[in-house]
Amino acid sequence: MRFEMRFSGSGGQGVILASVIVAEAAVAEGLNAVQSQSYGPEARGGMCKAETVISRDKIWYSKVTRPDFLLALTQQSLDKYAAGLAPEAVVLADDTLSVPASLDRERVLLVPILATARERVGKLMTANIVAVGAVNKALGLFGEEALYEGVRRHIPAGTEELNWKALAAGAELVSDADAARFRRALD
Amino acid sequence: MSMAKKAVLMQGNEACVEGAIAAGMRFYAGYPITPSTEIAEQCALRLPQVGGKFIQMEDELASMAAVLGASAAGIKAMTATSGPGFSLKQENIGYGCMAEIPCVIVDVQRSGPSTGLPTSPSQGDYMQARWGTHGDHPVIALSPSSVLETYTLVIRAFNLSEKYRTPVIFLMDEIVGHMREGVTLPDPSDLIVNKRKASFHDGAYKRCYYVPEGQYVPAMKPFGAGERYNITGLAHDISGFPTNNNDQAGALYTRLMEKIDRNVDDIVRVQETMLDDADTAIVCFGGTARAVMSAVEEARAQGMKVGMFRPITVWPFPEGHLRARLPGLKRILVVEHNYGQMFLEVQRVVAGQTPVEFLGRLDGTVIPPADILEKLRRMEG
Amino acid sequence: MPSELIHEFMRIDHLPHIWCPGCGNGVIMRDVAVAIQELMDDPEVKLNREKVVIVSGIGCSSRAAGYMDFNSIHTTHGRAIAFATGIKFAKPELEVIVLTGDGDCSAIGGNHLIHAARRNMGLTVVTFNNDIYGMTGGQYSPTTPAGDKATTAPYGSLDRPFDIAQLAAGAGATFTARGSVYHVRETIDLIKQGIRHKGFSLIDVYSVCPTYYGRKNHKGGPVEMLRWQKENMVPTARYYAMSEEQKAGKLLVGTLTHSEYPEYTDEYDKLVKRVQAEMAGR
Repeated sequence: MRFEMRFSGSGGQGVILASVIVAEAAVAEGLNAVQSQSYGPEARGGMCKAETVISRDKIWYSKVTRPDFLLALTQQSLDKYAAGLAPEAVVLADDTLSVPASLDRERVLLVPILATARERVGKLMTANIVAVGAVNKALGLFGEEALYEGVRRHIPAGTEELNWKALAAGAELVSDADAARFRRALD
Repeated sequence: MSMAKKAVLMQGNEACVEGAIAAGMRFYAGYPITPSTEIAEQCALRLPQVGGKFIQMEDELASMAAVLGASAAGIKAMTATSGPGFSLKQENIGYGCMAEIPCVIVDVQRSGPSTGLPTSPSQGDYMQARWGTHGDHPVIALSPSSVLETYTLVIRAFNLSEKYRTPVIFLMDEIVGHMREGVTLPDPSDLIVNKRKASFHDGAYKRCYYVPEGQYVPAMKPFGAGERYNITGLAHDISGFPTNNNDQAGALYTRLMEKIDRNVDDIVRVQETMLDDADTAIVCFGGTARAVMSAVEEARAQGMKVGMFRPITVWPFPEGHLRARLPGLKRILVVEHNYGQMFLEVQRVVAGQTPVEFLGRLDGTVIPPADILEKLRRMEG
Repeated sequence: MPSELIHEFMRIDHLPHIWCPGCGNGVIMRDVAVAIQELMDDPEVKLNREKVVIVSGIGCSSRAAGYMDFNSIHTTHGRAIAFATGIKFAKPELEVIVLTGDGDCSAIGGNHLIHAARRNMGLTVVTFNNDIYGMTGGQYSPTTPAGDKATTAPYGSLDRPFDIAQLAAGAGATFTARGSVYHVRETIDLIKQGIRHKGFSLIDVYSVCPTYYGRKNHKGGPVEMLRWQKENMVPTARYYAMSEEQKAGKLLVGTLTHSEYPEYTDEYDKLVKRVQAEMAGR
């Protein structure tokens, strides 16, 4: 089965890198993964969308049509991508955002991704890594080794400690109860 | 260290560079343009590591010219571009065809004429890859549909370029260029890499464009290897000098076309999937094949007899392969991210024998498998 | 009977050339050949003929490449310097000499000229500057003086002309000079200096085109046009001995600018060594 993930936010927040890290972790876990993105002309600001498809089978079509998971870091992206989700889709969003009425609140995890990056980790630019930590805790997709490998291959040398801190801080944002509720086993 | 290679996540554009380096490419000249820029960036990073040369030129025309110059001097050379830049390179691509200078030109296609949609996928340069430069000329163009195939096929692009002494267009698209996939690269010792021929056919540089009877490709030493010969974009005789002699000019043009036409079987590669019992064939190329394969699997699950015909060599068009499939087919669907370009080639080959329909898209988004399935259902009616 | 020089350095079987009677281009081509010969014979330089590559673009000037018995490549209009950049960068041991015209290198190829100068790519560019597009029949070029006539300027050109050597110098060329068809010995020496110079050099050689430029502008025949060069272009020693009043309206034949800056392919080789050392150390 395909597991379709969409990562959205504003250019410069690192949502493309988040999707790349998740795809890399999937590959490190021995799964198939395809990652792609779409973006406008802005290097910073502007809506940004990245997608990762994970499967045990060969992945042909590379785009996401009915996401099983959505990460939203801005109100604009949450409002836009709330539509068209799979019935059991999990939504992870920053807790400063308001949840559109169309979404089932039970399926939305609102956690302080941006504040955690800024205050607990100490660098707002680690928000994408905090998000990756939270995503994996919630969905339970990869073992710790694969996740760390995924991050390691995409961060500058010398920033490991900062990023491990961000990963751990992200995981702590998701309760064990929520993690049990949202866990996704890839069949 | 374990010898078993681990899969890594790699982008299509990055795989293009790694494949080119594996093929012996040691010279890159380019100009930044979306969505091919990662190819220039990766070359800037990687080529010094392997002792190769990278230069960012002042424009697209200069990039193409520098690549031809470097290749004439004996180094396997590549450039990469997209849409507008591909238009700008065309004159010098024609020079490469005429002077028979091997090189690889990567075009990561993007949407639209003019500036269009720079970050969006398209396959609108299919005909330009064939007819972009003025005048009749030979063309080889290859198009990959996955990250791994980008790696292996760009090696083939270099091999064909060296073997036939002609520019080869590596026709990528944004779908594959900007996509990341887990890949396990082949062991370098498993790769076939053509070396450049470095001596003249009959040893005489004053006959540097001479080819023996029954052959089509001249063999030439690079500049600076101790033989003083001349290269020109004018019609030339076998000595490489301009000629206005109509017989000599005619013989040159004929040989240039024949060196590709007579070797189609060697050049053409096709992926034919689930076609043996199919009554419907979907023809597509490049990144579009991914949506098509998803649709074919779904259609099969629903009991429809559908298969995929994917030219990997997109020029020359694999007409023999397609013609051989026609007796079993009731209908053909061509799916492309353009307004119907390979569609025209399919219609030409089918010549009314089988109904041919077209599904295309030009809005900057990717055709989803569901649209292909719906089209198939309507065609089966 | 062709001279020994012509026998040795020209492709006799491809002569006679296509240039008009009275054209200055043949003189410049010979200047280049003599410069190469003298550098081959110079024990300090020992220029290797097999390493010389002549690159040209399109236009009257650019036919010279085909007549000269060296590695030669006659490229596309305006792109000679870009092709030459590829050749030089690929094989820095080659001595790459670009033969180009005023239109070829400063109009359609102007961008390549300034950027090769900016990079200080080790090329020697010799311009056959005749103030006109000759091959296409006499259209005005970027060096046609304002007010002068051409087939596309029947009422006189409005364009302000380029000084190609100044343009190259402004873009960073580390050696620029001006020669002329009349000043043969001086021009040969300037080309020799350009070839010996490590870095981008440009020798802007004033040619004469009696057929189009001369005829359109009532400049007389080749003799009158050469006389103009003799009277208005002044070699270095004499030029610098002149008073400011005497210099007015006169053009220096000689070195215009000369400076030192690292040559591009040398710098790239250093970069490769640095990167590879860093990798080995890792």
